[in-house]
Amino acid sequence: MRVALFITCFNDTLFPGAGKAVVTLLERLGCEVDFPLEQTCCGQMHVNSGYGHEAEGLHERFARVFGGYDAIVSPSASCTAHVRERVESIGGKVFELTEFLVDRLGVTDVGASFPHRVTFHPTCHSLRLLDVGDRPLRLLREVRGIDLVELEGARECCGFGGTFAVKNADTSMAMLSDKVRHVLDTRAEVCASADTSCLMHIGGALSRGRTGVRTMHIAEILAAQE
Amino acid sequence: MSFKTAARETLQDAQLRRNIGKATTLIREKRLRAVAELPDWERLRDAGEAIKASAMATLPEQLERLEAAVTAAGGTVHWARDGAEANAIVASIAKRVGTDEVIKVKSLATDEIELNEALEAEGIHALETDLAELIVQLNPDDKQSHILVPAIHRNRAEIRALFEQTIARGQSLGNEASAIAEAARLHLRNKFLTVPMAVSGANFGIAETGTIGVVESEGNGRMCLTLPRVLVTLMGIEKVLPSWQDLEVFLQLLPRSSTAERMNPYTSLWTGVTPDDGPREFHLILLDGGRTQVLEDEVGRAALHCIRCSACLNVCPVYERVGGQAYESVYPGPIGAILTPQLRGLDAAPSLPWASTLCGACYEVCPVKIDIPSILIHLRGRVVREEQSKLTPEALAMKGMAAAFATRRRYEAAQRLARLGRGPLAKAAIPGWTAMRDLPEPPKETFRDWWKRERGEG
Repeated sequence: MRVALFITCFNDTLFPGAGKAVVTLLERLGCEVDFPLEQTCCGQMHVNSGYGHEAEGLHERFARVFGGYDAIVSPSASCTAHVRERVESIGGKVFELTEFLVDRLGVTDVGASFPHRVTFHPTCHSLRLLDVGDRPLRLLREVRGIDLVELEGARECCGFGGTFAVKNADTSMAMLSDKVRHVLDTRAEVCASADTSCLMHIGGALSRGRTGVRTMHIAEILAAQE
Repeated sequence: MSFKTAARETLQDAQLRRNIGKATTLIREKRLRAVAELPDWERLRDAGEAIKASAMATLPEQLERLEAAVTAAGGTVHWARDGAEANAIVASIAKRVGTDEVIKVKSLATDEIELNEALEAEGIHALETDLAELIVQLNPDDKQSHILVPAIHRNRAEIRALFEQTIARGQSLGNEASAIAEAARLHLRNKFLTVPMAVSGANFGIAETGTIGVVESEGNGRMCLTLPRVLVTLMGIEKVLPSWQDLEVFLQLLPRSSTAERMNPYTSLWTGVTPDDGPREFHLILLDGGRTQVLEDEVGRAALHCIRCSACLNVCPVYERVGGQAYESVYPGPIGAILTPQLRGLDAAPSLPWASTLCGACYEVCPVKIDIPSILIHLRGRVVREEQSKLTPEALAMKGMAAAFATRRRYEAAQRLARLGRGPLAKAAIPGWTAMRDLPEPPKETFRDWWKRERGEG
């Protein structure tokens, strides 16, 4: 199957590892991956910050760049939800990675091996805007050697919320400190998720606290063959 | 004060955070169980949403039907454009009755228009009879912080101390909840039997029959509604329901969403006046108070569907940390963040639409399916458009970024800047971020540079 990778501006610029892992993973599963270089940003940040009119051009651009593909895969639940809702002509063809693997490719065992203790933070947008349900966990459970541990308060927001983390930094930190406490309680080596934006937030506190816990995009675990 | 500043203050209060966290966690779990008992919960939500939408779409007609039915049943209907008009109507009734004291059953609408303060200025004391309202009222420095449980930020020990200093007049009450409640009961009972006038809110006003409904847990409300000679009900115009049958839906949705009970302990329904039973006089004040203005906003108007259950407060991670007082409104939490700026005007509370991470937990639980995150985004847009003439640093950054994202060449140039920690957004965002969190090391190459290196420009 030929698929287009919608990497998102955030991953492209700050977390290229997530994108590389998606490429590795999809190619291992027999997909032909294309990366349309004309892609930029889906406009979510503008819309959510109240600058919806600035995003209109970006929505049109998205539809133009990805218009020729039947399936578009993204390592971000948040951006997937945005284009699905806002880019009418093409939104229905965009899949968040775990949705694509489970629903379109019909696999849960992706041939990964990752012998580490891992906990999973299901981001708000993957839970409530995309309704991905337990798809990420079904994929992770099939990973060889993984010790997957449940995260208390998993469904609760980590406090990132885009510009919220900066505009209401104190409240954001109060939420984050509870999330981090729950992560530490699991004694996991790795906190994984389907959105690197939330992971940047959680990882920022894990790093500041010198906890030694790493954050990883779920694609990086599913691509791993350690 | 902005939400950010108010929240910074309440976040300092560790006891408040513990009290609220404990209470909301408990009720969240109870609500899940109560809702799971109904196999048709989602269909009930759909029905609730549809009834509210149709009532709002035909509001003038419904209100006229309500007025006619109440009048036919022997009640008197008053129309109030704003709080000042409503307050004046209540005060004039009290003066005619000749009382300097009225008893009240919890009503957010009266809090919204600051009725107690207005009556006090006229020499009339309004005594709250709802236990939680009474707790807040007894402490002049306190403010309510929850729609349903205004004293949610207080624990038992704090309440006991407050009662011992006030209504129990120095008497020791012990640590039993029942003994603490008994002190309030004794204090209130005498008032129920002697005060000639009560003021209530309304959960529903049924246009078809002119019936007003109040649901509550303590029975203090029932006392107010049945014992005094004169009953005045203040109802926001959005509380109207077209037909009696609509109650079937809301009496299932409301208690399970608010107190996580199958049915609230007291449901009082009355239609006008009845000879030899209950109040001799009944007045219904229909309050606009900005509501028709909210109706003009096609997206924002769904906020008027709210049935004040407070489920959204109890699941909101922001509310759980900062408490209701940070919202500086009688309507706190997610619903307050969309209702307050609309009722008072965006310029009165411009920071509230940003008091959310858009996590969506509020929408998930709302019994009438108000899409709070979408309305927050819509209101952010309205605030930004009104501020845009000022061209704030943020507006300039957003414009700059939209321009940068418009072509691949500019986007790639902006990426190079961002990786150096420069550019408008990085400058605005980084101080607020790095005060408390580390930023990741910038990667050596972007994904697209890696792709081009590996696969070419293809």
